[in-house]
Amino acid sequence: MNQTEPLNIPTYQKEDFASDQTPRWCPGCGDYSILAQLQRVMPAIAEQTQTPRENMVFISGIGCSSRFPYYMNTYGFHSIHGRAPTLALGLQVSRPELMTWVVTGDGDALSIGGNHLMHCLRRNLNVKILLFNNRIYGLTKGQYSPTSELGKRTKSSPLGSVARPLNPLSIALASQATFVARAVDRDPKLLQDVITQAALHKGSAIVEIYQNCNIFNDGAFAHVSERKSRDDNTLKLQHGEPLVFGRQRDKAVVLNEQLQPRVVATSEISESDLLIHDTSRDNSGLTYALSQLQYPEFPVPVGIFRALKAPTYEERVHQQVNEAKRQKPATALQQLLDSGETWRVAE
Amino acid sequence: MLQEPKDKHSPNTHLSQAIIRFAGDSGDGIQATGAMFSHNSAALGHDISTLPDYPAEIRAPAGTIAGVSSFQLNFSSRRIHTPGDRPDVLVAMNPAAVKAHISSLRPGGTLIVNDDGFDEQALKLAGYDKDPREDGTLDSYHVHRAPVSTMTVESVKALQLAPQQAALCKNMYTLGLVCWLFDRDTDFIEALVEQRFAQESEVLREANCMALRAGYNFAETTEMFSSQCRVETAEQSPGLYRRLSGNTATALGLVAAAQLAQRQLMYCTYPITPASDILHELAKLRHMGVIAGQTEDEIAAMGAAVGAAYGGSLAVTGTSGPGVALKSEAIGLAVMTELPVVIINVQRGGPSTGLPTKTEQSDLLQAMYGRNGECPVVVLAPDSPADCFTMAMEACRLAMKYMTPVFLLSDGYIANGSEPWQVPRVDQLPQFRTNEPVCSETQSQFLPYSRNPETLARPWVVPGTPGTEHRIGGLEKQDGTGHVSQDPLNHEQMVQLREQKIAGIAEDIPELDVFGSSAGRLLVLGWGGTGGAIRAAVEEAQAKGLDVACAQLRYLNPFPKNLAAVLDAFDQVLIPELNRGQLRQLVRAQYLVDAQGLNKVQGQPFHTSEILEKIENLCQQPSEAVA
Ligand code: SF4
Repeated sequence: MNQTEPLNIPTYQKEDFASDQTPRWCPGCGDYSILAQLQRVMPAIAEQTQTPRENMVFISGIGCSSRFPYYMNTYGFHSIHGRAPTLALGLQVSRPELMTWVVTGDGDALSIGGNHLMHCLRRNLNVKILLFNNRIYGLTKGQYSPTSELGKRTKSSPLGSVARPLNPLSIALASQATFVARAVDRDPKLLQDVITQAALHKGSAIVEIYQNCNIFNDGAFAHVSERKSRDDNTLKLQHGEPLVFGRQRDKAVVLNEQLQPRVVATSEISESDLLIHDTSRDNSGLTYALSQLQYPEFPVPVGIFRALKAPTYEERVHQQVNEAKRQKPATALQQLLDSGETWRVAE
Repeated sequence: MLQEPKDKHSPNTHLSQAIIRFAGDSGDGIQATGAMFSHNSAALGHDISTLPDYPAEIRAPAGTIAGVSSFQLNFSSRRIHTPGDRPDVLVAMNPAAVKAHISSLRPGGTLIVNDDGFDEQALKLAGYDKDPREDGTLDSYHVHRAPVSTMTVESVKALQLAPQQAALCKNMYTLGLVCWLFDRDTDFIEALVEQRFAQESEVLREANCMALRAGYNFAETTEMFSSQCRVETAEQSPGLYRRLSGNTATALGLVAAAQLAQRQLMYCTYPITPASDILHELAKLRHMGVIAGQTEDEIAAMGAAVGAAYGGSLAVTGTSGPGVALKSEAIGLAVMTELPVVIINVQRGGPSTGLPTKTEQSDLLQAMYGRNGECPVVVLAPDSPADCFTMAMEACRLAMKYMTPVFLLSDGYIANGSEPWQVPRVDQLPQFRTNEPVCSETQSQFLPYSRNPETLARPWVVPGTPGTEHRIGGLEKQDGTGHVSQDPLNHEQMVQLREQKIAGIAEDIPELDVFGSSAGRLLVLGWGGTGGAIRAAVEEAQAKGLDVACAQLRYLNPFPKNLAAVLDAFDQVLIPELNRGQLRQLVRAQYLVDAQGLNKVQGQPFHTSEILEKIENLCQQPSEAVA
């Protein structure tokens, strides 16, 4: 976007982002909450990023989550299974002024579309990826997904799944994503905050959203969403703040001498031993270690893991084009056609 | 044809046409040698046609038959259509080159061999027990032996190059021999060498020129050849000409189309033989605003093209058959969302990985039907290297006007082959019309699936346009609104609309041209890259007085609207194809014509003689048998 020419962005309301289509998810599905929180923060995002609604595009793949674009009154593209990041690539490079969102699920992003996700992130394409993780295939009626836990019994794994689950955020960090975060469908405040930060980020932002599929995998994230247990089971990541958690904020995640994480009571250690969360760490083993923390041994970290400043893919592409235009005198089409191995036949 | 007179010192022989083939190890600079000699021939005023042939391996073991690379040039005083069947002159740099190519040399033809390439090891690698130069194998040819490697090293001695570097100039030495044989001086090629090494190395430029002149002088002073031959120049209309390959022509056509349509060209692709050169050409054109990028895989390339088209760019992807297989689902998405994307398939031998560097026409049915559902797309096929320019532009025009994916079926033969192209004037190129929305303000509700009554295309409304926010996708659409719809009758209607939209394009493309009389005994119907061989065969058959005509389809879906009438006007139809009869199936199914096939799947283009023989066969059959 050309910053020198302020666009005249209208003041939007939540309703401006709701399309005329009625959502068709199962009653009680976590997707409703995500849609509602997103629509709620869109007016602020539009204002803060100076992005008019017509410049916003939601692209999805296939799955329950991928119905999302139909309910947003922006431009939207419900594409094919796993390939949303590829469409986003072509669109963003061709139109860098757009704000492109990819809405995907655990099967869509990590199974059939794993390759594209990895490459999208390492390119640092300027897209916001919302990965709804419900640890199950919902739309195809309940088969295990790449994030289903080992031994998960489903219709397609009656004796339990025999593959270990993938960890989306570990993959994202390893793929050099510049913005990595986790949110939970039933924590609206956290969700709003993380989505807003993702939208403000320049580059690939991936947000894993724990989403309850109440039909095929109900309660998969009860430990982090139940009001009474959630403070004890989650670690809210805040830049510059210590890795402390618990209803009484009396527990901390620290590293032992072998650099293995462990949980200790804050009373057992001195304040200087606390680990301070830093979202600007590049290539950090600690950030990766955080992404690997798993319930019940550890609290589940939520919030922003990493937020780095880096040039985006489309910026680099267009920089090359502009640089090439500057270095080589503009070639007219006729000149191009006339070049190469040529000769003239005289009259 | 080139015939060497028996007596020495005979005057120059004048020829109307000559075919020369250079063959040697992949490391011998064969392709560069052939390219320079071709450019020289074209500049001298000959019509030319070339056929490079190289191994699939990047560096196949030196000296083996698998490692032989070759380049054939046909140059003529008449309009020619093919690189020719059998060379009159074969230049062989080693025994493997002799082994691989001697059987195609015309009996009585001229063979030039590099004697230094024939040591015991090289003979063994080529699978010769005995030296073919000594055992009578080459008796039916005029064999000219020259110690090319030694003489080359000798000729550049003054420059004190490392022996290996000096030896690299031996292709120029051979070129010098050949220049003398065809009675042309070395000035033009020296100028090419100058250009080639201008930035790089003064010493290498000098060495190459010295070797070239040494070869020329050797031929002259030793009277190596009994005489020179001179090929007459061709009548050509005045203007600027350019020798270009099909892949380069395709790239230029895309750039031209983007400019005429005033759209950003986005070429999204994944490297694959034999299509990668299109990417290489376009990647050089950043300064013209061209974005050519490589994605993580074929699927991503197609997805990115769909995304770019959605954003309003002229989106193109290029690949070969295996890549198309991977792209199929996303091509279906472009059909469903009615977005303009051009898919270039430079066909190669299949199935699976098949013959990556060899040509074939076996992806026609894949282009027509290789997707789930009723999924029609436009299919075009250029009929010569230079025609790739025209048809690439045409693919872009139809895609953007009708909001549809368009297949451009090139093939390895025309993609790598080259011919002279009279460079068009940009102001004479056809104007483009893209499918902008007719109007949106007057409608209270924007309808993304409303249709232009004339083209049936839906409006190309791109993100960033205020007031027309809408959603599209791969699920079936309700006519007009574009909302998701499962309605049975709506689905049927949409399937028919998509079909009618493509069928209607028949009104917007040229009718099929018939070469020869418009009715008669035999029509030879071809498509795409076989155009040259068919035309050459039919010209020869007509010269023999046979009642035969030909027509080359460049539009495969929809077919030109006069195709039925053309087929109807002939007693018999012959369809030569480099596949097992794919066009024949389409023609039989659509027109109930009992067309005959001539099918070849050897990874090699048709020889004119193969088609001519079939024509003669069919014309000799009693006419009664035809009905
Ligand atoms: S199946 Fe599960 S994820 Fe899908 S809509 Fe129903 S509750 Fe939501």
